[in-house]
Formats: sequence, C-alpha cells, structure tokens
Amino acid sequence: MSFSQMSIRQLQQALRDGKTSSVELTRACLARIAATDERINAFVTVCAETALAAAAEADSKLAAGEAGPLTGIPIAVKDIFNTAGVRTSCGSRILENYTAPYDATAFARLQEQGAILLGKLNMDEFAMGSSNENSANGPVRNPWDLERVPGGSSGGSAAALAAGQAFATLGTDTGGSIRQPASFCGVVGLKPTYGRVSRYGVIAYASSLDQVGPLTHCVEDAALMLGVVAGYDPADSTSVDCPVPDYLAGLDAGVKGMKIGLPREYFIEGLDPAIKQAVEAAIEVYRGLGAEIVEVSLPHTDYAVACYYLIATAEASSNLARYDGVRYGVRQQGEGGLSGMYEKTRAAGFGDEVKRRIMLGTYALSSGYYDAYYLKAQKVRTLIREDFLKAFEQVDLLLTPVAPTAAFKLGEKTDDPLQMYLSDIFTIPVNLAGTCALSLPCGMDGQLPIGLQLIGQPFDEMRILQAAKAYEAETDWHQQRAPLD
Amino acid sequence: MKITREEVEHVARLSRLALEPTEIDVLTGQMDQLLGYVEKLNELDTEGIVATAHAVPMENAFRADEVKPSLGLERALQNAPQSEESCFVVPKVIE
Repeated sequence: MSFSQMSIRQLQQALRDGKTSSVELTRACLARIAATDERINAFVTVCAETALAAAAEADSKLAAGEAGPLTGIPIAVKDIFNTAGVRTSCGSRILENYTAPYDATAFARLQEQGAILLGKLNMDEFAMGSSNENSANGPVRNPWDLERVPGGSSGGSAAALAAGQAFATLGTDTGGSIRQPASFCGVVGLKPTYGRVSRYGVIAYASSLDQVGPLTHCVEDAALMLGVVAGYDPADSTSVDCPVPDYLAGLDAGVKGMKIGLPREYFIEGLDPAIKQAVEAAIEVYRGLGAEIVEVSLPHTDYAVACYYLIATAEASSNLARYDGVRYGVRQQGEGGLSGMYEKTRAAGFGDEVKRRIMLGTYALSSGYYDAYYLKAQKVRTLIREDFLKAFEQVDLLLTPVAPTAAFKLGEKTDDPLQMYLSDIFTIPVNLAGTCALSLPCGMDGQLPIGLQLIGQPFDEMRILQAAKAYEAETDWHQQRAPLD
Repeated sequence: MKITREEVEHVARLSRLALEPTEIDVLTGQMDQLLGYVEKLNELDTEGIVATAHAVPMENAFRADEVKPSLGLERALQNAPQSEESCFVVPKVIE
C-alpha cells in the first residue's frame, strides 16, 4: 500500500515500526507539491525548511517512544489560521505582507500533538466564496479536472488533499466552506458544531457562523483530527466547555437501528440527476445496513440563503472594519488625512466579492434598514434552527446532498453573485442552525466526485462520524484518487 | 429599484471604501438584485419570534481580572505600516 492510501493511524504505525520516517513523508509531500502545485495552486506558502526540521525532531521523538497521535504527520492549514512567524494573508491583498505574531489555538493543538506544517493553503479572500476564484493568489484548480473549481472557500484545503500534497488539512466553514470543497474534490470534510472548536487566532468573517474543521482522506482521520482540535479554549469565549468524546473509540458502532431523516426540501428540482442518483444509492446502502429511513421536513429551507447573506454580510462588515491600514496590512496613502487613508487602503486592499459583502452588510445594518433586513434575518434564523431541532426529535441524523451539482467550471458563475450564492443552498442552513455536518464521497458524476452530507444534532459529531464510517466500510469512493500525473 | 446609485455611494462612505464610479455602477445593479432576492424573507410572519444572534445559547463569559502575559510591544508593532517608539503612526487627524 502506498503512503497516499494510508490513514493517519496506519502512517503512525508505519512510523513507529520504522517502515518510514517523518522526514521521508515530509519530503514526499514537498516533492508532490513541487510536481503538481503549478497546476493546482493550492499552496500560497510552503514552509519546506521548517517542515523538514520539525520532521527530523519528530523522528527523534518517535525513536524515543514519545509520539503523540499526529507526531511526524505532514499537514497544511488554510491561510486564515494565524501561524506564528509565517505569512498569513487570508487570500487578500490587504494582508499580503502580514506575518502572524501568534498561533491560532486549533493549529497550536495540531502542532502540540506532533503535526508537521507543510504550509498555508489558498482560499477565497476572507473566506468569502464558493469557488476559490476570489483569491488574491489566483484561483485553485480542481485536481480531478483542471478546468473546474475546487469549491470554496477552503478550496486549497480540499485540493491539496485530492492532489496528494498533504495527509490532512484544516479549513473553516461559515456557509459550507469545508463541506462543499470536500464534496467537489472527493475528500471528507467535517464542520463541527458551533462552539466545538476554538476560533482564537482564526481571521473572522461572520462570527456567529464561522467554525473550524478538518478535511481528510477518510472518516477515521476526520475523527482523529477533530479529537485533537476540539474542546474549550479560555481564549475563545464562544467555545463551549463540554467534554470531548473519544471519537476514534466509538467510530465502529454502526448504524443498525439508527433513524436517518431525509428532508424533503433537499430533494428538489434543480438537483442534478447524477447527484440525486448517487445520494439515493447511499440511502439504499444505509437501509441495507439496518438504518431506518424516515422522511422529514425542514420547511424554512428555501429562506436560508437570503437569511445567510444578510447575517453573514452584516457580521463581515463589522469584522472587516479592522483592516484600516493602521496596525497591520498594506497601507495606501490618500488625500483627506486619516479617513482618506482608510478609504484608499480598503478600496485597494479588498477584492470585488469582499467589497460587495461589506457594502451589503453595511446597508443591512444602516439606520432605517436594520429592522427590515438584519433583525428580520435573525428571526428567520430562529425558524430555521427550530426546523432542525424539531426534525431531531424524530431522527438521529439527516442525510442530504452537499451541493446541487458537482464541481462547476472556472468562470461559470463569477458574473452572477446570486447564482454563486445559491450553490450553497444545502450547506448554509447547518451554519444558521449552528449544528454539525460532514461531507463524504458517495459517487462520481463522470470524472467528478459527488459528496453526501450527514447532518447531526448539536455536539453529536460522534453519530455522524459513526454513520459515515459505516458507509465508508461498504463502499470504495473514498479510495478514488484524482488522475493527476 | 431597491437601491439607488446615491444610496450606494452613501453606503460606500459608511464602509470607508473609495470606490471608482464604475464600481458604484456595477454594485448598484448587483445590490439591487440581491436586495430583491432577500425580500423573500418578508413572505414569513415573524411576529413574536425571538431573534437568534448565536446558535448556542450563551451568557457573558466572565473571568477573573488577572494580569497575564500578552503579545508585547515588539510583536504587536511588527506588522504596522508605520510605527514610532511604542506607537502606531497615522496621518494627521487635526490640522
């Protein structure tokens, strides 16, 4: 078995048995990045020297029998995570010269457990986008088809895995930004419950929705990564202080007797026939494994995109006020003293999508419009959240497609913001409800991967991981690799 | 029209964005389309519905007021476009 087909636990075993070394794995990843990234553009920064030095240190720890669950495993993180001493540009011109002065907690936890940082991954600017075309570093290309998008905003995090450049990555998900690219690139992507993982040191987009999560080759790796990054952090007052279960220990419980709900609003016209077919086949797999399939309703689904684009943009307009050319970032001199400098700095530093969202959010919060837009959206958010809580009185988890289509072409939706926003129709409601969901490979539309979404109750990541593992054991979609050579 | 060009210019000022006239034109059309789309929320009666600010019910997170190590001057200033001694330097505010 080649290393690229091995789970992190298998790699750990190989490391402990001396069949490979962290230096060898790290060199292999760096070589793969060198060979493929001119085409993919997943990495914005590669930390070759520090990675190899850390790998050598990991090898001494392994030799001394002091290995943690990630010791010596090369990983990479979205460029939204502060990584001390490493450029952290968040896909934006305005931060192109920003070097993080400290570590984000989620990344620090990976490093404490021995993970090796290969570098930082491309993304839509400030995590705003569904195609990774809104990056100051240029678009990421889908390793399955270089003419197509990898999804966004964690496009680099998904594409790097699909291209075999890293063994696991971290992303963030505000409206689908882990799950949709995972689905487009044929990997596993987990968005944990709001509050499950600390966001300290993660550059903020929409603070009531943002959440950190892993992208991996298999469900077991996602469980392992979640176990490392999850848990209360005093530095993030929105992280929730509830125990982190041993996700790996409970992983093989199966789905016999589990009640799986199919929200009828997710199986609508506009859903690509290939996606529908793949998801229906997955439902049959679950039936065969002894799960009980129940139809449920999430009646406010159709309002989620509108609700999201008011709440997320309002929060973004506030969060991005900090980019003013004073404390960090690229400053532009302008006429008109301090406010002239602000206006020039921000106009030159932000890309079109970020400007559009700041504008929409500022409008939604502005005097005279607050009640009609922002407050209205927050009330609708309550209805959407209640839909989920009611459904979870009947079922253990929900099963849906991740996206209405497989990966679309570069440039296909860039001129039509609304069409782009609607590609997140099945992922956005989960963020509004604040619960957890994962995407896992469940089929192919020609040469393009299709993702299955499992949505769990708040803080019940365990159950969706169990259900995903049971499916993975029956199928081999997760073993498919992009034809990139 | 949900939004006029003048309103878009006003919002650009509130957003501290010095936009080009062509950007204002494009944004006027796009914001009009998006505001038209979000109108659909008005189909829902939300009378008496409590607004959700956070999905997880949260109270203010208090902690003891203790002195702890912080970032420190050097690292806090390392990314500043312009700094002097222990300060960020900005353009003159008052003539």
